[in-house]
Amino acid sequence: MTLRGHGALFWRVAAISVVVEFTKPKRQARKPGTLILVAPSVAVLLLWMIVPLVMTLWFSFQYYNLLNPAGAGFAGIDNYRFLITDPDFWASLGNTLILLGSVLAITVVFGTLLAVLYDQPFPGRNIARLLVVAPFFVMPTVSALIWKNLMMHPIYGVLGFLARSVGLEPVDWFAEYPMASVILILSWEWLPFALLILLTAVQSLDHEQREAARMDGAGPIAQFFHITLPHLGRAISVVVMIETIFLLTVFAEIFVTTSGGPGNATTNLAFLIYARALIQFDVGGASAGGVIAILLANIVAFFLVRTIARRLEV
Amino acid sequence: MATLTLREIQKSYGSLSVIKNIDLEVADREFVVFVGPSGCGKSTLLRMIAGLEEISGGDLIIDGQRMNDIGPADRGLAMVFQSYALYPHMTVRQNMGFALRLARVPKAEREKKVAEAARILQLEPYLDRKPGQMSGGQRQRVAIGRAIVRNPKIFLFDEPLSNLDAALRGQMRIELARLHEELNATMIYVTHDQVEAMTMADKIVVLQAGVIEQVGTPLQLYHHPANLFVAGFIGSPRMNFLKGRVTGLDGTGLSVDLPSGARVALPVETATVGTGDAVTLGLRPEALRLDPQGPLGGTVRLVERLGGLTLIHVDLDRDGPVIVQIEGSDGTAPHQSVRLGVDPAAGQVFDGTGKALPHLVRHPLTH
Repeated sequence: MTLRGHGALFWRVAAISVVVEFTKPKRQARKPGTLILVAPSVAVLLLWMIVPLVMTLWFSFQYYNLLNPAGAGFAGIDNYRFLITDPDFWASLGNTLILLGSVLAITVVFGTLLAVLYDQPFPGRNIARLLVVAPFFVMPTVSALIWKNLMMHPIYGVLGFLARSVGLEPVDWFAEYPMASVILILSWEWLPFALLILLTAVQSLDHEQREAARMDGAGPIAQFFHITLPHLGRAISVVVMIETIFLLTVFAEIFVTTSGGPGNATTNLAFLIYARALIQFDVGGASAGGVIAILLANIVAFFLVRTIARRLEV
Repeated sequence: MATLTLREIQKSYGSLSVIKNIDLEVADREFVVFVGPSGCGKSTLLRMIAGLEEISGGDLIIDGQRMNDIGPADRGLAMVFQSYALYPHMTVRQNMGFALRLARVPKAEREKKVAEAARILQLEPYLDRKPGQMSGGQRQRVAIGRAIVRNPKIFLFDEPLSNLDAALRGQMRIELARLHEELNATMIYVTHDQVEAMTMADKIVVLQAGVIEQVGTPLQLYHHPANLFVAGFIGSPRMNFLKGRVTGLDGTGLSVDLPSGARVALPVETATVGTGDAVTLGLRPEALRLDPQGPLGGTVRLVERLGGLTLIHVDLDRDGPVIVQIEGSDGTAPHQSVRLGVDPAAGQVFDGTGKALPHLVRHPLTH
C-alpha cells in the first residue's frame, strides 16, 4: 500500500497542480521578495514528494524481497526486466486503461444528459438532485461491499432476486463479467461527481443565449449540440482530468470485490503493485511497478493537458 | 412589408396580471419604442411578441396572420438581446450565420448574406474573431448583424444599449437610426432611457404597470402628455408640478391660483373642470423664465451651469421647488431672490385624476 502510494501521490499532486494551473486566471508577474514567503510551503511539498519518489526509485534498483533477506543487493535493471517480461504486467496495464476509458465514457455521457435533465424544472427536483449526488459520499470500500453483497450477489443480491422472480438463472457477476462489474461500481461512484460539476455548468449557461438560439430556430436537440454542449466543454475537461487522476489508481473497489481476479481479469496496475509488495513481499519489483505507474500517469497527463489545456485557455 | 397588431393582449402569472389588455398598431417600417420604468411590463410585452413568453389572452397579429401559437423561430422576427447573447464558442461569421445554418441555407448564400450584413455594420475585419475578443460596441453590432442576416419582418430590440458606456451609446443611437433608414424595416425597441426613445422613435408607447399610458410621436408626448405619469416620465429635467385651484374659466382657458396666491392663466379646454377644483399645474423647465414682473417668487437653491444651458433650482415661496432651464450661461447666484414668468403656451393643467386637459394651442410639430 505504501509503495503504491508513493507513485500515486506524486502524480496526483502533479496532476491536481496542473488542473489548478490551467483553471485559474492568467498568472500575474511575480513581485520580487515573494519567494521567501512561499518558500516554506514549497519546501514542505517538495520533501513530501521527493522523499517517497527517491525511495521508490532506490528500491526499484535493489533486490529486496522480505521473504529472502539474504538476497539483498544492487539489482541493476533486473526488476524492470522481470516486470515487463511478465504477461500479468501487460494485462494489468490494459485493464487500467480499459477501466479508465469505460468509466470516463459512461460518466461523461450520462453525466451530461442527466445534468441537462436535472436542470429542467420538475416536481421534487431538489430531492432528486440530493439523491443522485449521494453515492459520491459513500466511501469506496462501502459502496463496493454494497454492490458485491447486496446487489450483485447471485444468492443474496437484489439482481439475483429479480432474476429468480422472473424465472431466470441469477448471474454470478464477479465470476462471469468481472471487469464489467467493477466498471459498473466505479461508474455508480463517479457519475454523481460528473453530474455535480456538469449541472453547475449547465446552470451557468446564459438564459438569453438559449433564447437567442430559439429565435434562430434551434429546437431542443440543436440547442443541446450547438449551445449547451460547447458551453459544457470546459466543465467536461475538468471532469475528465480529475476522474483520470483517481481512476488510474483504483484499488479499494477491486480489493474488496474481486481481488484482481478471476485470474488477472480485474488486476490493474495499482493492484498489481500491491500484490507484488504485500502478497509476494517483493519490494524491489513493486517499486519498479511504481516507477512505471509514474511514467504512465505522466504520459496520460501529458496528452490530457495538451488536448484539454487549450480549451481551458479560452 | 410588416405590420403588427396587438389586440387585447394579456399576460398573467397565476393571479398576477402583468400585461393588461394592450391594444397597439405598428405600421410598416415604423420605429416604435416601448418605454417605461422598471417592471412596467415593456420587456415582457416584447418577449410575448417574440414568442419567448406565452400569451395569456388576446391576439398577436403579424401581417394579418394570428401568430399566438407559432414558435419564435417561425414568426419571422429577430431579436437583439440586452446581453447580446452571442454564442461564445462561435466566430462572428458563425454567430451571424447560425440561423441560416439551422435553416439549411446553402453555404454560398449564407456567406453572401453574412458578408452583406458585415458590410452594413462595418464588421468585415472581425468576421473570424470570437465574441470574447471584441469590445462591447462591436459585440452589439454582431448581435444586430445576427438579426439582419435573418431578414426578419420585424426587428425586436430589448434594451440593447444599456450595457454600453455613454459615449458609445450616443454613437450606437445614431447608427441604429441610420440602420432603420437603410434597412427600411419595422423595428420595436424597448428601453427605459427616454433619450433613446425621444431620438429614435417614430412612435413612443409609454407603459406603466402593464397598461399603455400614451401612444404618440416623441413631440406629442413631450408637448401634450396625456396624464401626469407621461408628463413626469418624458423630459429631463422633469416637468415641474405645482398644486393649485381653478379660480376662473372662460373660452380662452382657465386661471389657477397657487397656495402663495400667485395666479397663472393657461389656454386649455375647461369642459371637465369647474371653479374651485384642485388641479396640478405642469410647467416644463424651459416654460419658466426669470422675469422681474413674473407671478412666481422664490429663492435660488442651486445653479447647474452646463455651458449651453443653465438649470436653476428655485424653492418657490409656499408653492414647492421648481427647476428653471435657461438657454446660455446665466449669472444667477444661489440664495438670491428671483421672480419667475410662465410661458402659457407650454404649460399643462392636470385634473384631480391626473388626466391632462387638452391644450387649445397645439404645438405646430405635433399634428
